[in-house]
Amino acid sequence: MECVFGLVGNDFAIVVADSSAVHSILVHKSNEDKIMFLDSHKLIAASGEPGDRVQFTEYVQKNVALYQFRNGIPLTTAAAANFTRGELATALRKNPYSVNILLAGYDKEIGPSLYYIDYIATLHKLEKGAFGYGSYFSLSMMDRHFHSGMSVEEAIDLVDKCINEIRLRLVVAPPNFVIKIVDKDGAREYAWRESVKDTPAPSAE
Amino acid sequence: MKLDTSGLESFPSLISHGSNVTGEISAPPSFELPNSNDFDGFLKEAIQMVKPAKGTTTLAFIFKEGVMVAADSRASMGGYISSQSVKKIIEINPYMLGTMAGGAADCQFWHRNLGIKCRLHELANKRRISVTGASKLLANILYSYRGMGLSVGTMIAGWDETGPGLYYVDSEGGRLKGTRFSVGSGSPYAYGVLDSGYKYDMSVEEASELARRAIYHATFRDGASGGVASVYYVGPTGWKKLSGDDVGELHYHYNPVTPSTVEQEMVEAAGP
Repeated sequence: MECVFGLVGNDFAIVVADSSAVHSILVHKSNEDKIMFLDSHKLIAASGEPGDRVQFTEYVQKNVALYQFRNGIPLTTAAAANFTRGELATALRKNPYSVNILLAGYDKEIGPSLYYIDYIATLHKLEKGAFGYGSYFSLSMMDRHFHSGMSVEEAIDLVDKCINEIRLRLVVAPPNFVIKIVDKDGAREYAWRESVKDTPAPSAE
Repeated sequence: MKLDTSGLESFPSLISHGSNVTGEISAPPSFELPNSNDFDGFLKEAIQMVKPAKGTTTLAFIFKEGVMVAADSRASMGGYISSQSVKKIIEINPYMLGTMAGGAADCQFWHRNLGIKCRLHELANKRRISVTGASKLLANILYSYRGMGLSVGTMIAGWDETGPGLYYVDSEGGRLKGTRFSVGSGSPYAYGVLDSGYKYDMSVEEASELARRAIYHATFRDGASGGVASVYYVGPTGWKKLSGDDVGELHYHYNPVTPSTVEQEMVEAAGP
Protein backbone atom coordinates (compact mmCIF):
# COMPACT_ATOMS: atom_id res chain seq x y z
CA MET A 1 0.00 0.00 0.00
CA GLU A 2 0.99 3.59 -0.46
CA CYS A 3 4.24 4.83 0.99
CA VAL A 4 5.34 8.44 0.61
CA PHE A 5 8.05 10.03 2.70
CA GLY A 6 10.61 12.79 2.57
CA LEU A 7 13.29 14.64 4.51
CA VAL A 8 15.35 17.81 4.46
CA GLY A 9 19.12 17.60 4.37
CA ASN A 10 21.93 20.07 4.10
CA ASP A 11 20.99 22.32 1.13
CA PHE A 12 18.63 19.78 -0.40
CA ALA A 13 15.35 17.97 0.20
CA ILE A 14 14.45 14.43 -0.80
CA VAL A 15 11.05 12.90 -1.44
CA VAL A 16 10.38 9.23 -2.00
CA ALA A 17 7.18 7.57 -3.21
CA ASP A 18 6.15 4.04 -4.06
CA SER A 19 5.19 3.51 -7.69
CA SER A 20 2.34 1.00 -7.54
CA ALA A 21 -1.12 1.56 -8.99
CA VAL A 22 -3.31 -0.86 -7.08
CA HIS A 23 -6.95 -1.83 -7.52
CA SER A 24 -8.20 -4.14 -4.73
CA ILE A 25 -5.91 -7.16 -5.10
CA LEU A 26 -4.53 -6.24 -8.51
CA VAL A 27 -1.38 -4.30 -9.20
CA HIS A 28 -2.17 -2.58 -12.49
CA LYS A 29 1.18 -0.89 -12.77
CA SER A 30 4.41 -0.80 -10.77
CA ASN A 31 6.18 2.11 -12.44
CA GLU A 32 3.70 4.91 -11.84
CA ASP A 33 5.56 8.11 -10.97
CA LYS A 34 3.72 9.76 -8.07
CA ILE A 35 6.16 12.65 -7.66
CA MET A 36 5.48 15.60 -9.92
CA PHE A 37 7.63 18.61 -10.70
CA LEU A 38 5.67 21.68 -9.60
CA ASP A 39 8.20 24.00 -11.19
CA SER A 40 11.97 24.02 -11.63
CA HIS A 41 12.65 23.97 -7.86
CA LYS A 42 9.61 22.24 -6.37
CA LEU A 43 8.54 18.62 -6.00
CA ILE A 44 5.08 17.43 -5.07
CA ALA A 45 4.65 13.84 -3.90
CA ALA A 46 1.06 12.77 -3.50
CA SER A 47 -0.80 9.74 -2.24
CA GLY A 48 -4.51 9.08 -2.24
CA GLU A 49 -7.26 8.16 -4.70
CA PRO A 50 -5.70 7.90 -8.15
CA GLY A 51 -8.19 10.20 -9.87
CA ASP A 52 -7.98 12.90 -7.23
CA ARG A 53 -4.22 12.60 -7.02
CA VAL A 54 -3.61 13.30 -10.69
CA GLN A 55 -6.34 15.92 -11.09
CA PHE A 56 -5.32 17.86 -8.00
CA THR A 57 -1.55 17.84 -8.50
CA GLU A 58 -1.98 18.86 -12.15
CA TYR A 59 -4.31 21.66 -11.05
CA VAL A 60 -1.75 22.96 -8.55
CA GLN A 61 1.06 22.63 -11.08
CA LYS A 62 -0.85 24.62 -13.70
CA ASN A 63 -1.76 27.35 -11.21
CA VAL A 64 1.82 27.70 -10.02
CA ALA A 65 2.86 28.05 -13.67
CA LEU A 66 0.11 30.62 -14.25
CA TYR A 67 1.37 32.69 -11.31
CA GLN A 68 4.85 32.65 -12.77
CA PHE A 69 3.60 33.75 -16.21
CA ARG A 70 1.55 36.59 -14.74
CA ASN A 71 4.10 37.95 -12.28
CA GLY A 72 7.41 36.98 -13.75
CA ILE A 73 8.62 35.48 -10.50
CA PRO A 74 8.01 32.00 -9.18
CA LEU A 75 6.09 31.30 -5.97
CA THR A 76 8.23 30.47 -2.97
CA THR A 77 7.85 26.95 -1.60
CA ALA A 78 5.98 28.35 1.41
CA ALA A 79 3.59 30.24 -0.89
CA ALA A 80 2.97 27.17 -3.03
CA ALA A 81 2.32 25.10 0.10
CA ASN A 82 -0.15 27.67 1.42
CA PHE A 83 -1.88 27.85 -1.97
CA THR A 84 -2.18 24.06 -2.04
CA ARG A 85 -3.55 24.02 1.51
CA GLY A 86 -6.05 26.73 0.63
CA GLU A 87 -7.35 24.78 -2.36
CA LEU A 88 -7.73 21.65 -0.24
CA ALA A 89 -9.48 23.64 2.49
CA THR A 90 -12.06 25.18 0.11
CA ALA A 91 -12.69 21.78 -1.46
CA LEU A 92 -12.95 20.12 1.96
CA ARG A 93 -16.54 21.27 2.65
CA LYS A 94 -17.74 20.70 -0.94
CA ASN A 95 -16.22 17.69 -2.61
CA PRO A 96 -12.98 16.96 -0.86
CA TYR A 97 -9.93 15.69 -2.72
CA SER A 98 -8.55 12.63 -0.95
CA VAL A 99 -4.90 13.46 -1.45
CA ASN A 100 -2.05 13.69 1.00
CA ILE A 101 0.90 15.77 -0.12
CA LEU A 102 4.54 16.21 0.66
CA LEU A 103 5.85 19.38 -0.95
CA ALA A 104 9.59 19.85 -1.18
CA GLY A 105 11.27 22.91 -2.59
CA TYR A 106 14.40 25.02 -2.65
CA ASP A 107 14.42 28.82 -2.40
CA LYS A 108 17.50 30.96 -2.84
CA GLU A 109 17.34 32.85 0.47
CA ILE A 110 15.56 30.23 2.57
CA GLY A 111 17.17 27.03 1.41
CA PRO A 112 15.45 23.66 1.23
CA SER A 113 12.10 23.05 2.89
CA LEU A 114 9.51 20.28 3.23
CA TYR A 115 5.80 20.76 3.78
CA TYR A 116 3.29 18.19 4.97
CA ILE A 117 -0.27 18.77 3.72
CA ASP A 118 -2.98 16.17 4.28
CA TYR A 119 -6.43 15.79 2.72
CA ILE A 120 -8.13 17.67 5.57
CA ALA A 121 -5.89 20.64 4.73
CA THR A 122 -3.44 20.46 7.60
CA LEU A 123 -0.20 22.26 6.82
CA HIS A 124 3.05 21.60 8.62
CA LYS A 125 6.59 22.61 7.85
CA LEU A 126 8.75 19.64 8.73
CA GLU A 127 12.25 18.26 8.48
CA LYS A 128 10.91 14.78 7.84
CA GLY A 129 7.45 13.46 7.10
CA ALA A 130 5.56 10.47 5.76
CA PHE A 131 2.13 9.27 4.58
CA GLY A 132 0.47 5.90 4.14
CA TYR A 133 1.15 2.48 5.63
CA GLY A 134 4.86 2.97 5.03
CA SER A 135 4.83 5.92 7.40
CA TYR A 136 4.73 3.64 10.46
CA PHE A 137 8.11 2.24 9.53
CA SER A 138 9.76 5.19 7.84
CA LEU A 139 8.79 7.69 10.55
CA SER A 140 10.44 5.73 13.36
CA MET A 141 13.39 4.98 11.12
CA MET A 142 13.82 8.67 10.37
CA ASP A 143 13.28 9.62 14.04
CA ARG A 144 16.16 7.33 14.97
CA HIS A 145 18.65 8.05 12.21
CA PHE A 146 17.83 11.57 11.01
CA HIS A 147 19.90 14.54 12.04
CA SER A 148 19.73 18.02 10.61
CA GLY A 149 22.27 18.92 7.97
CA MET A 150 22.63 15.44 6.47
CA SER A 151 24.71 14.99 3.34
CA VAL A 152 23.16 13.50 0.18
CA GLU A 153 24.97 10.21 0.82
CA GLU A 154 23.69 10.01 4.41
CA ALA A 155 20.17 10.91 3.32
CA ILE A 156 20.07 8.32 0.53
CA ASP A 157 21.41 5.77 3.00
CA LEU A 158 18.53 6.61 5.34
CA VAL A 159 16.01 6.47 2.48
CA ASP A 160 17.29 3.01 1.57
CA LYS A 161 17.01 1.96 5.22
CA CYS A 162 13.36 3.06 5.18
CA ILE A 163 12.63 1.26 1.90
CA ASN A 164 14.27 -1.92 3.19
CA GLU A 165 12.29 -1.78 6.44
CA ILE A 166 9.04 -1.31 4.49
CA ARG A 167 9.86 -4.26 2.25
CA LEU A 168 10.80 -6.34 5.32
CA ARG A 169 7.87 -5.59 7.61
CA LEU A 170 4.91 -4.35 5.56
CA VAL A 171 2.65 -7.15 4.30
CA VAL A 172 1.37 -5.15 1.38
CA ALA A 173 4.75 -3.59 0.59
CA PRO A 174 5.07 -2.04 -2.87
CA PRO A 175 7.97 -3.38 -4.92
CA ASN A 176 9.27 -0.19 -6.48
CA PHE A 177 10.08 3.34 -5.32
CA VAL A 178 11.11 6.64 -6.94
CA ILE A 179 13.52 8.99 -5.22
CA LYS A 180 13.64 12.66 -6.24
CA ILE A 181 15.85 15.44 -4.98
CA VAL A 182 15.58 19.22 -5.06
CA ASP A 183 18.52 21.53 -4.35
CA LYS A 184 19.97 24.81 -5.64
CA ASP A 185 20.38 23.29 -9.12
CA GLY A 186 16.68 22.39 -9.31
CA ALA A 187 14.42 19.41 -8.92
CA ARG A 188 15.41 16.14 -10.53
CA GLU A 189 14.88 12.41 -10.42
CA TYR A 190 17.61 10.82 -8.33
CA ALA A 191 17.01 7.09 -8.67
CA TRP A 192 14.52 4.24 -8.79
CA ARG A 193 14.62 1.38 -6.32
CA GLU A 194 13.04 -1.47 -8.24
CA SER A 195 12.62 -5.08 -7.19
CA VAL A 196 10.16 -5.84 -10.00
CA LYS A 197 10.48 -4.61 -13.55
CA ASP A 198 7.11 -3.83 -15.06
CA THR A 199 8.10 -4.24 -18.66
CA PRO A 200 11.22 -6.23 -19.40
CA ALA A 201 11.37 -4.64 -22.85
CA PRO A 202 12.02 -1.17 -24.21
CA SER A 203 8.83 0.82 -23.84
CA ALA A 204 7.63 2.10 -27.16
CA GLU A 205 7.24 5.85 -26.97
CA MET B 1 -41.85 -1.79 7.36
CA LYS B 2 -44.25 0.56 5.72
CA LEU B 3 -43.82 4.24 5.22
CA ASP B 4 -46.74 6.58 5.55
CA THR B 5 -46.95 8.28 2.20
CA SER B 6 -50.31 9.86 2.76
CA GLY B 7 -48.66 13.26 2.86
CA LEU B 8 -47.80 12.82 -0.79
CA GLU B 9 -51.40 12.46 -1.84
CA SER B 10 -53.29 15.24 -3.51
CA PHE B 11 -56.38 14.59 -1.41
CA PRO B 12 -56.77 13.14 2.06
CA SER B 13 -57.86 9.51 2.02
CA LEU B 14 -61.37 8.90 3.19
CA ILE B 15 -62.00 7.19 6.46
CA SER B 16 -62.83 3.61 5.66
CA HIS B 17 -66.18 2.33 6.71
CA GLY B 18 -65.03 -1.15 7.53
CA SER B 19 -65.25 -2.56 11.00
CA ASN B 20 -61.53 -3.13 11.27
CA VAL B 21 -60.56 -2.61 14.89
CA THR B 22 -57.04 -3.95 14.70
CA GLY B 23 -55.59 -0.49 14.13
CA GLU B 24 -55.75 -0.40 10.32
CA ILE B 25 -58.71 1.90 10.29
CA SER B 26 -57.54 3.81 7.26
CA ALA B 27 -54.46 2.16 5.88
CA PRO B 28 -53.21 4.84 3.53
CA PRO B 29 -52.48 3.58 0.04
CA SER B 30 -48.71 3.26 -0.29
CA PHE B 31 -46.01 2.03 -2.64
CA GLU B 32 -44.71 -1.43 -2.13
CA LEU B 33 -41.42 -1.05 -0.38
CA PRO B 34 -38.56 -3.50 -0.17
CA ASN B 35 -38.38 -5.45 3.04
CA SER B 36 -35.17 -3.79 4.15
CA ASN B 37 -34.02 -1.05 6.47
CA ASP B 38 -31.11 -0.01 4.26
CA PHE B 39 -32.89 1.47 1.25
CA ASP B 40 -29.76 2.98 -0.31
CA GLY B 41 -27.98 -0.35 -0.05
CA PHE B 42 -30.96 -2.20 -1.47
CA LEU B 43 -31.23 0.17 -4.41
CA LYS B 44 -27.51 -0.11 -5.17
CA GLU B 45 -27.69 -3.90 -5.03
CA ALA B 46 -30.79 -3.97 -7.21
CA ILE B 47 -29.16 -1.75 -9.83
CA GLN B 48 -26.01 -3.87 -9.79
CA MET B 49 -28.12 -6.97 -10.34
CA VAL B 50 -29.58 -5.74 -13.59
CA LYS B 51 -26.47 -3.97 -14.84
CA PRO B 52 -25.13 -6.15 -17.64
CA ALA B 53 -21.50 -6.85 -18.59
CA LYS B 54 -20.21 -6.79 -15.03
CA GLY B 55 -18.21 -9.96 -15.26
CA THR B 56 -15.75 -9.55 -18.07
CA THR B 57 -12.27 -10.27 -19.26
CA THR B 58 -10.54 -7.74 -21.47
CA LEU B 59 -6.87 -7.23 -22.14
CA ALA B 60 -4.51 -5.17 -24.25
CA PHE B 61 -0.77 -4.95 -24.62
CA ILE B 62 1.82 -3.07 -26.62
CA PHE B 63 4.42 -5.11 -28.49
CA LYS B 64 6.94 -4.64 -31.30
CA GLU B 65 4.37 -4.39 -34.10
CA GLY B 66 1.67 -2.39 -32.33
CA VAL B 67 -1.11 -3.03 -29.85
CA MET B 68 -3.08 -6.25 -29.37
CA VAL B 69 -6.56 -5.96 -27.87
CA ALA B 70 -8.73 -8.91 -26.87
CA ALA B 71 -11.92 -9.60 -24.95
CA ASP B 72 -14.57 -12.20 -24.23
CA SER B 73 -18.19 -11.64 -25.23
CA ARG B 74 -20.38 -12.63 -22.28
CA ALA B 75 -22.89 -10.32 -20.63
CA SER B 76 -24.31 -11.34 -17.30
CA MET B 77 -26.90 -9.89 -14.96
CA GLY B 78 -26.07 -11.39 -11.62
CA GLY B 79 -26.13 -15.14 -12.18
CA TYR B 80 -28.03 -14.92 -15.49
CA ILE B 81 -26.14 -14.90 -18.77
CA SER B 82 -27.98 -12.30 -20.82
CA SER B 83 -25.86 -12.55 -23.96
CA GLN B 84 -23.01 -14.57 -25.39
CA SER B 85 -22.32 -12.24 -28.32
CA VAL B 86 -21.46 -8.79 -26.97
CA LYS B 87 -19.01 -6.56 -28.81
CA LYS B 88 -16.78 -5.57 -25.91
CA ILE B 89 -14.16 -4.06 -28.17
CA ILE B 90 -15.56 -0.76 -29.32
CA GLU B 91 -14.28 0.79 -32.52
CA ILE B 92 -13.80 4.50 -31.70
CA ASN B 93 -12.26 5.33 -35.07
CA PRO B 94 -10.13 3.42 -37.61
CA TYR B 95 -7.02 3.95 -35.45
CA MET B 96 -8.41 3.61 -31.96
CA LEU B 97 -10.20 0.94 -29.96
CA GLY B 98 -11.82 0.95 -26.54
CA THR B 99 -12.63 -2.01 -24.36
CA MET B 100 -15.73 -2.48 -22.28
CA ALA B 101 -15.85 -3.61 -18.65
CA GLY B 102 -18.34 -2.53 -16.02
CA GLY B 103 -21.69 -1.13 -17.09
CA ALA B 104 -22.37 -1.89 -20.76
CA ALA B 105 -24.48 1.20 -21.30
CA ASP B 106 -21.99 3.51 -19.59
CA CYS B 107 -19.12 2.12 -21.64
CA GLN B 108 -21.00 2.17 -24.92
CA PHE B 109 -22.36 5.65 -24.42
CA TRP B 110 -19.11 7.29 -23.33
CA HIS B 111 -17.06 5.55 -26.01
CA ARG B 112 -19.52 6.79 -28.66
CA ASN B 113 -19.27 10.21 -27.06
CA LEU B 114 -15.48 9.98 -27.17
CA GLY B 115 -15.67 8.98 -30.83
CA ILE B 116 -17.60 12.18 -31.56
CA LYS B 117 -15.09 14.32 -29.68
CA CYS B 118 -12.19 12.65 -31.50
CA ARG B 119 -13.81 13.30 -34.90
CA LEU B 120 -14.42 16.94 -33.99
CA HIS B 121 -10.78 17.27 -32.94
CA GLU B 122 -9.78 15.81 -36.30
CA LEU B 123 -11.94 18.31 -38.20
CA ALA B 124 -10.75 21.28 -36.13
CA ASN B 125 -7.05 20.45 -36.18
CA LYS B 126 -6.70 18.55 -39.49
CA ARG B 127 -4.91 15.71 -37.71
CA ARG B 128 -5.94 12.69 -35.70
CA ILE B 129 -6.07 12.99 -31.93
CA SER B 130 -3.33 11.24 -29.96
CA VAL B 131 -4.19 8.26 -27.78
CA THR B 132 -2.91 10.30 -24.83
CA GLY B 133 -5.32 13.11 -25.65
CA ALA B 134 -8.30 10.87 -26.29
CA SER B 135 -7.81 8.93 -23.07
CA LYS B 136 -7.53 12.17 -21.14
CA LEU B 137 -10.77 13.48 -22.68
CA LEU B 138 -12.53 10.36 -21.43
CA ALA B 139 -10.82 10.38 -18.03
CA ASN B 140 -11.79 14.01 -17.44
CA ILE B 141 -15.44 13.31 -18.31
CA LEU B 142 -15.53 10.26 -16.03
CA TYR B 143 -13.79 12.23 -13.26
CA SER B 144 -16.43 14.94 -13.47
CA TYR B 145 -19.13 12.31 -12.89
CA ARG B 146 -17.30 10.42 -10.15
CA GLY B 147 -19.38 9.14 -7.25
CA MET B 148 -22.56 9.45 -9.32
CA GLY B 149 -22.81 5.77 -10.13
CA LEU B 150 -20.99 5.41 -13.45
CA SER B 151 -19.28 2.06 -13.81
CA VAL B 152 -16.59 2.02 -16.48
CA GLY B 153 -13.31 0.15 -16.68
CA THR B 154 -11.77 0.65 -20.07
CA MET B 155 -8.58 0.57 -22.03
CA ILE B 156 -7.98 3.01 -24.86
CA ALA B 157 -5.62 1.48 -27.38
CA GLY B 158 -4.52 2.91 -30.68
CA TRP B 159 -1.86 4.13 -33.03
CA ASP B 160 -0.98 7.82 -33.33
CA GLU B 161 1.90 9.99 -34.56
CA THR B 162 4.06 8.75 -31.68
CA GLY B 163 3.39 5.08 -32.37
CA PRO B 164 1.31 2.63 -30.37
CA GLY B 165 -0.48 3.91 -27.27
CA LEU B 166 -2.30 2.24 -24.42
CA TYR B 167 -4.13 3.75 -21.46
CA TYR B 168 -6.29 2.35 -18.69
CA VAL B 169 -9.18 4.62 -17.70
CA ASP B 170 -11.84 3.99 -15.05
CA SER B 171 -14.91 5.65 -13.58
CA GLU B 172 -13.08 6.51 -10.35
CA GLY B 173 -11.16 8.97 -12.48
CA GLY B 174 -7.99 6.92 -12.71
CA ARG B 175 -5.90 7.01 -15.88
CA LEU B 176 -2.74 4.96 -16.27
CA LYS B 177 -0.30 4.75 -19.14
CA GLY B 178 1.18 1.32 -19.62
CA THR B 179 2.27 -1.49 -21.88
CA ARG B 180 0.11 -4.30 -20.49
CA PHE B 181 -3.35 -4.15 -18.91
CA SER B 182 -6.23 -6.46 -18.20
CA VAL B 183 -9.60 -5.35 -16.84
CA GLY B 184 -12.63 -7.18 -15.49
CA SER B 185 -13.48 -10.03 -13.15
CA GLY B 186 -11.39 -12.45 -15.19
CA SER B 187 -8.38 -10.16 -15.30
CA PRO B 188 -6.30 -11.94 -12.62
CA TYR B 189 -6.51 -15.14 -14.67
CA ALA B 190 -5.68 -13.30 -17.88
CA TYR B 191 -2.72 -11.57 -16.21
CA GLY B 192 -1.40 -14.96 -15.14
CA VAL B 193 -1.16 -16.12 -18.75
CA LEU B 194 -0.25 -12.72 -20.20
CA ASP B 195 2.61 -11.91 -17.80
CA SER B 196 4.27 -15.30 -18.24
CA GLY B 197 4.00 -15.29 -22.02
CA TYR B 198 4.68 -11.63 -22.77
CA LYS B 199 7.74 -10.52 -24.70
CA TYR B 200 8.13 -7.17 -26.44
CA ASP B 201 9.64 -8.84 -29.49
CA MET B 202 6.68 -10.80 -30.76
CA SER B 203 5.26 -11.20 -34.23
CA VAL B 204 1.60 -10.34 -34.83
CA GLU B 205 0.82 -14.07 -34.95
CA GLU B 206 2.54 -14.80 -31.63
CA ALA B 207 0.92 -11.81 -29.97
CA SER B 208 -2.57 -12.65 -31.19
CA GLU B 209 -2.16 -16.23 -30.02
CA LEU B 210 -1.03 -15.00 -26.56
CA ALA B 211 -4.02 -12.66 -26.34
CA ARG B 212 -6.45 -15.38 -27.42
CA ARG B 213 -4.97 -17.87 -24.95
CA ALA B 214 -5.11 -15.39 -22.08
CA ILE B 215 -8.80 -14.75 -22.77
CA TYR B 216 -9.48 -18.48 -23.12
CA HIS B 217 -7.83 -19.30 -19.77
CA ALA B 218 -9.72 -16.44 -18.11
CA THR B 219 -13.06 -17.70 -19.46
CA PHE B 220 -12.17 -21.19 -18.27
CA ARG B 221 -11.76 -20.09 -14.63
CA ASP B 222 -14.08 -17.08 -14.46
CA GLY B 223 -17.76 -17.98 -14.60
CA ALA B 224 -18.76 -14.48 -15.61
CA SER B 225 -16.60 -14.54 -18.75
CA GLY B 226 -17.22 -16.62 -21.83
CA GLY B 227 -18.64 -16.69 -25.33
CA VAL B 228 -16.11 -15.89 -28.03
CA ALA B 229 -12.58 -14.59 -27.64
CA SER B 230 -12.15 -11.73 -30.12
CA VAL B 231 -8.71 -10.41 -30.94
CA TYR B 232 -7.98 -7.07 -32.57
CA TYR B 233 -4.63 -5.71 -33.71
CA VAL B 234 -3.81 -2.02 -34.10
CA GLY B 235 -0.88 -1.28 -36.36
CA PRO B 236 0.39 1.76 -38.28
CA THR B 237 -2.48 1.44 -40.77
CA GLY B 238 -5.25 1.15 -38.19
CA TRP B 239 -7.06 -1.67 -36.50
CA LYS B 240 -7.95 -5.05 -37.89
CA LYS B 241 -9.97 -7.87 -36.39
CA LEU B 242 -7.84 -10.98 -36.40
CA SER B 243 -10.02 -13.64 -34.86
CA GLY B 244 -13.20 -14.48 -32.99
CA ASP B 245 -13.26 -17.99 -31.63
CA ASP B 246 -15.86 -19.72 -29.50
CA VAL B 247 -14.06 -20.52 -26.26
CA GLY B 248 -15.84 -23.88 -26.10
CA GLU B 249 -14.22 -24.84 -29.37
CA LEU B 250 -10.91 -23.31 -28.25
CA HIS B 251 -11.02 -25.59 -25.22
CA TYR B 252 -10.96 -28.67 -27.44
CA HIS B 253 -8.38 -27.01 -29.68
CA TYR B 254 -6.06 -26.51 -26.70
CA ASN B 255 -7.03 -29.77 -24.98
CA PRO B 256 -7.57 -32.34 -27.73
CA VAL B 257 -9.56 -35.41 -26.73
CA THR B 258 -7.32 -38.44 -26.80
CA PRO B 259 -8.90 -41.85 -26.73
CA SER B 260 -7.76 -43.15 -23.36
CA THR B 261 -6.84 -46.76 -22.91
CA VAL B 262 -9.32 -48.71 -20.87
CA GLU B 263 -7.53 -49.84 -17.75
CA GLN B 264 -10.04 -52.35 -16.53
CA GLU B 265 -12.95 -53.88 -18.33
CA MET B 266 -16.03 -54.44 -16.32
CA VAL B 267 -16.57 -58.14 -15.99
CA GLU B 268 -19.86 -59.92 -15.88
CA ALA B 269 -20.71 -61.03 -12.40
CA ALA B 270 -20.35 -64.74 -12.20
CA GLY B 271 -23.70 -66.45 -12.19
CA PRO B 272 -24.72 -69.11 -9.76
